[in-house]
Parts: sequence; C-alpha cells; structure tokens
Amino acid sequence: MDKQTRSVLLVISVALTTLWVGAAGAVVVDDDPLKSANWDDLKTRFFGDAKVVFDDRVKVVAPIRAEDSMNVPVGVNVEALGEVEEVMVIADLNPIVKVLQFRPLAARASLSFRVKLQQATPVRAIARTRDGIWHAGGMWVDAAGGGCTAPSVGRSTGNWADTLGQVQARIWNPAEAGRLRFRVMHPMDTGLAPGIPAFYIEKLSLSDAAGVKFMDLETFEPVSENPVFSFDFRPGRAPRLPLLLSGMDNNGNRIQAQVAQ
Amino acid sequence: MNGLRALRWAVFLVAGLSFPIEAALDYMLKPRKVAPDTYVFVGLAEDFSRGNGGNIVNTGFIVTADGVVVIDTGSSRLYGEQMRRAIAAVTDKPIRQVLITHHHPDHFFGNQGFRDLPIAALSGSIGGMKEEGVGFADNLYRMAGDWMRETEPLAATQEARPGRSTIGGHDIELIELKGHTQADLVVLDHTSGVLFAGDLVFWQRAATTPHASIADWLGSLDRLQALKWKTIVPGHGEPHADTRGIEQTRRYLAWLDATLRKAAAEGRDMPDLLQMKLPQEFADIPLVREEFARSITHLYPGFEQRALAGGGKS
Repeated sequence: MDKQTRSVLLVISVALTTLWVGAAGAVVVDDDPLKSANWDDLKTRFFGDAKVVFDDRVKVVAPIRAEDSMNVPVGVNVEALGEVEEVMVIADLNPIVKVLQFRPLAARASLSFRVKLQQATPVRAIARTRDGIWHAGGMWVDAAGGGCTAPSVGRSTGNWADTLGQVQARIWNPAEAGRLRFRVMHPMDTGLAPGIPAFYIEKLSLSDAAGVKFMDLETFEPVSENPVFSFDFRPGRAPRLPLLLSGMDNNGNRIQAQVAQ
Repeated sequence: MNGLRALRWAVFLVAGLSFPIEAALDYMLKPRKVAPDTYVFVGLAEDFSRGNGGNIVNTGFIVTADGVVVIDTGSSRLYGEQMRRAIAAVTDKPIRQVLITHHHPDHFFGNQGFRDLPIAALSGSIGGMKEEGVGFADNLYRMAGDWMRETEPLAATQEARPGRSTIGGHDIELIELKGHTQADLVVLDHTSGVLFAGDLVFWQRAATTPHASIADWLGSLDRLQALKWKTIVPGHGEPHADTRGIEQTRRYLAWLDATLRKAAAEGRDMPDLLQMKLPQEFADIPLVREEFARSITHLYPGFEQRALAGGGKS
C-alpha cells in the first residue's frame, strides 16, 4: 500500500468513527476500540438490535498479560454511568464467551472476580443503563492460554467433592460503605477438558437480614475454580446483618451461607 | 499502486525472505571478565521477547587449570550453543562441569548445547526441570519465537552436592539455599572472591516470584550477606562489588510481603492492587510494574485465604 492509499484509508476510518464527548466528560464512540475480529457477531448475538456504545466510564481492570490463565483477575466498575440495571462480562475469543452477568440492585455497580482465558482476548464489561443503551468498555489481556480446556485443580487432585459449595466470607467496614468478599468451593468445570462435563455455579444472590436484595449474579463456565468475588456496598445503604448468600450450580446443588461479620 | 511500485515491493519482499535467518538469530554473547579466570555473559534487564530471544539472564564461567566450570546455560538451545562457542574463544581448556543454579527456563534451556558434559543441579531443581520444563517451553516459544527452535527442556543429569572442593586451583563452594525457588544453588569461588548468586539476587531488574517463598528468600539473602566475597553476579542485572543487589532485593521483597499482607487484611482484591501506585524507591526499577502484577497472581491467594478464613460465615 502506498502512502496516498494509506492516508485516504486513515481519513475514511476517522470519518467512520463518530466521536462525541458527553456531559460528564465521557468519551463515547461507536467503533470497537479493541479492534476485535468477532465483535460485530458478538454484538448481534448478545444485544440484538439494542444500541451499544463504547464508553470510557466503563472501567475494566485486568493485567496486560495473564500470569496464570486459570486465574486472571478482573475488576469491573461502571458507577460513573449512574443507575445501571445490569452488567455483562465477556471474553471475545474464549471458547465460551460469556463470563458472568450481574444486576447491582442495592449494591455498588462494581465487582471483582477471576476468569479462565484460553488465549489472548479482549475482556469487556457491557452495562445497560435505564434508557436501554448498553455501554461497553474493556481491554486486551494477553494469555499463554489453555485456561478453559485444562481440568480444574480439584478434578486433578480428586478432592473437589469434599468441599463442594463451602463458603468462606468476610465483611469489611459493614457500618460504612463496606465490602463483602467471599469464596465458594466449586470446580467450575468448563466441559472442555476431555471427559469432564460442564459443572459450574449458575446463580448467586445476596440479600440482607431485612430481605433487601443487594446483588444478583449469573455465572458461567469461564469463572475461575473456587471463585472469589468482591462486592461493594453503597454509602448510606449499609446492609442489615447477617447477609444471606444463596445460589445454585447447573447440577442443582445449592449454595447457602450466612455472613455475620 | 502502480506497476513499478508493485515490482519494487516484490523485489523487497523476496530479498527479505531469502536473507539467511541464522544471521538474525545471534545473541552476540560477549564474555565480560569480572575477576581473574572469571567471565560473565550479562543479559538485558528485559522480559523474554522476539527481539532479545531470551538473552535476559546472566550466565558465566570459571577457567580453572583443570578445565572450565560453567554456571547456567541460558534460555534456548541456540543460546547454549553460542555460549559454548564464546567460551571456546576465550580458552582452549575443555569444559569439565556445568552447574545450574535453579529450575527456571532462562537458566537451563541452553543445556542442549552442553549435553555431552556432566550437568549438575540440586535435586529439588532437577525435579522442577522435569515437571515444569514442557510448560516453560510452551510459554517461551510463544514469547521468544524463532530463537527457541529445537529447544527442548533437558534436565540436569547429576545431583549437585553442597560443599567445598578444589578444582584446578580454584576453591569452589556449592551452597544450597532456597526462597526464589524450592532449591537455589549458589556458587562461591573463594579463590577469586566471585559469588554467583543465581536469582536470589536481582539488581536493577525487578525480582520474579513464580515459585517464591519470601520468608525463605529473605533468610537466604542474610546468608549471602554474611559470606565473604568481593564480586557478586546476580541472576539478573549488572555484576557489582558491594551488597546493593542483596539490599535492593531484600527491600523489594519485604515491601511486597507487607503490601500484600496489608491489602488482604483491608479486604482488597487483585484489581485494587493492580492499580496501586508503587513507592518511589522501586518505581524506576525495570519491569517492576509487570513483575508486581505477576507477583499478585503468585502470592496474593495465600494472603487472601488467610484473611477470608478470619471472617464470619456459617
């Protein structure tokens, strides 16, 4: 390609990208800033005709290079969007794309967790605001791979059944805008390792002693084994203790825990 | 694109393809004399890449009257072979012994270049080479590309025994320590005063922790500091004549340990740590951001589980 052709193409691509700066100083664009080959397909598959924009108020934090493809830390925060109804997290190039989906309800619109990656891929959060628009943000994570097709450690050592569904949890600063962290013992098998069927937690929800729902979470195969989550509470919306965590896996095993401190 | 331009491109591409690839894959290993009879191939303060081919590690050799002692063999078959040629350019004495400091791939993947010779490592390291070598190789082929051609993890063939022996007029002591990995071999030449510290010491290159026990590592650094030596060859970073490498490694590890412990006690998650500002003292050390991110993955789950176990669930 010669210089002239290149500069013409550059002009065209700039023209195609409509870029506007929102009231809160947010930068919103229509074209995928991560230049993922299959974004258009995924967009149709998950969002149909709904409007999807790329919005820098959607924050995704992850390492640039995954050190352990079975446990890649990801933090999502979409509070800058205001009221958010639900948030989806996907890894474009994973064999199983959808990682999880959550509705923040009375909790803050932020969540930390870990994911299995099969190769280098964009990791994105896409959040739906009340007007029905989906706001996407994310980053590329480089990964040596194999995270989705390797057996879980629990399968390899054979002891996963001894601890299945056990919960360890702790609340920090419950009186203020505190945080709940918990770990659920579960192999989270993807079904892609030979001879091991998919076996994963599908639902987790969090409510307080007064019956207020704080978070609904749907999880899928790519969430890491023995998953650890961090939820944050809103200022002025401290939960009444104890918290109740309940959930279920795809085999119907129930997860239930009360968290008092 | 007009015809002439297309032709020019075609000529350029063909010329590029026919250029001998071998010529590009030269580590340019230049031995640096750090003491009488003692040489180091000083690696770059970088991570593995297609640009450097894994020339990121310090390897070395001691020329004794009874032959050459080699310490570590580098990151690929090619590195090992080129290192052997570079040694032969310095001395015509035969190599009598190869020593490997620990089981990380940048230290032993050149073993194929020395496969006709006795290659010794601590038994804990030999186990690690056998168990993890293939996984290391997959990752290095991905990161360093063509430089890795025909590299296969070849484990050490002899068990190194700690102790002191005289080899060709050099009083050489092998010391078994741990902390960077489960078995870290240190080579101290009492005759020249050179200490080959392996990856227990990093200098101006952030320490790596995939198999680290920080408590053991700090104990080993105290042992190294107490030994008598004149020149220290860190696993990564310039050789030097004082304790600055030991001290920098110790301060960084102590900070890392304290930071992760405090974060776990405060209920932080890994993404919070990834966004943390690093202290001024470490912010300018090459690769510290990357290594800190890796260390979070290696070490944080342990701290986190202890913190979660202290909570109330039922």
